[in-house]
Amino acid sequence: MARVVNLPGLGKWFRLAACLGAMAFLAIPSMQAVAGVDLPKLEHGKGDKCVDDEDYIRRHHPDLLKHHRDETMRKGIRTTKYSLKKCVECHAGSKTGSVASSRQDFCVACHSYAGVKLDCWDCHATKPGKPPVKQAVQPAQPVVSPLMPSNGGSQ
Amino acid sequence: MSDSMLSSKNTKLEDRRDFLKAGALIAGVTLGPGVLFYGVAHSRAPEEGASSKQRWGMLIDTTKCGDGCHDCVTACNTENGLSGKTGPQDSQWIRKVEIKDLRTGYVQSLPMMCQHCENPPCVDVCPTGASMKRADGIVLVDRHVCIGCRYCMMACPYKARSFVHEPLHDQNPEVPRGKGCVESCTFCVQRVDRGEKPACVEACDTKGHKAMIFGDLKDPESEVNKALKSASSIEVRADLALNTGVRYQGI
Repeated sequence: MARVVNLPGLGKWFRLAACLGAMAFLAIPSMQAVAGVDLPKLEHGKGDKCVDDEDYIRRHHPDLLKHHRDETMRKGIRTTKYSLKKCVECHAGSKTGSVASSRQDFCVACHSYAGVKLDCWDCHATKPGKPPVKQAVQPAQPVVSPLMPSNGGSQ
Repeated sequence: MSDSMLSSKNTKLEDRRDFLKAGALIAGVTLGPGVLFYGVAHSRAPEEGASSKQRWGMLIDTTKCGDGCHDCVTACNTENGLSGKTGPQDSQWIRKVEIKDLRTGYVQSLPMMCQHCENPPCVDVCPTGASMKRADGIVLVDRHVCIGCRYCMMACPYKARSFVHEPLHDQNPEVPRGKGCVESCTFCVQRVDRGEKPACVEACDTKGHKAMIFGDLKDPESEVNKALKSASSIEVRADLALNTGVRYQGI
């Protein structure tokens, strides 16, 4: 090997070819990997268009939702334009009826591609409409409360 | 000289009188629609938000509250997606309580929930600002900010707050709830913002007991205000000077 490299002319071309070969060899699997990750295919929501320009929503929806949640939660402003509930109503998937039940559902499709964890759905409903009423457990017999001693004021 | 001064004084006085009259007229005209607007403020526009011109409150007549009736509790559970279980780790936003006069044996039944205090101890102790009072007096927990430390549960004299211990599923879209947060009665804020009554009050009315009256404490014409004016009512633990939004009659 050392002899080959030491030969003038041949060594230079050999090294160049080896380098190119190595680069090509390394590039093949990585190109395959790039080709393997498709952009998320999103199901079209109900209605003709989103509440705002789609590129704007794509980039700014976290801020819009965060701003709106504080307006609603703290001030009681209940406009529907940037409401999470309205997003769910339009974008619930046709198969699951949800925005976050499967990898194909609207929110999860993009967020798993981007590798961003979502915790909205720990609390918020992923499906529009009221869930079916659970069979409520009959409340237990009330206990005599220690809150208010009604014994004429004396303990 | 003195005559002219007098006349000028008179004209000034008349000017002032005219000005006052005109002012009163203008005030009357502008006040008219304002008063009208205040009267219909119950179903406000969605973009308007909660206002400190209102304070939501409730009067509970314990003499009308049905012994053994749990309709308010069941309605609350259905509206807010609670399980209805009453174990130590289950959420209870409203509970029926029986109180007994130990001398006479007289037993009364009443619903107990968040009293929506004007000076809420839960808001005082919250380290993150999650426990908050809205402009219209409704005390809420902002779950986005709540870290689940449960100081508010310890501070509340009414045992009104619950902690969610387990992951939840199939929440009501209007009532987001989740593990790791404290929660309590919201006066059904989602209904109140639409101009409706809380679920418990509606259930009590449907049952025919009509033991709970909900309304605006700052509106002199509201049903709750008239009821409060006409009969004696008390705050529970009035000694704490919290000025509760929920008051009781007949205990």
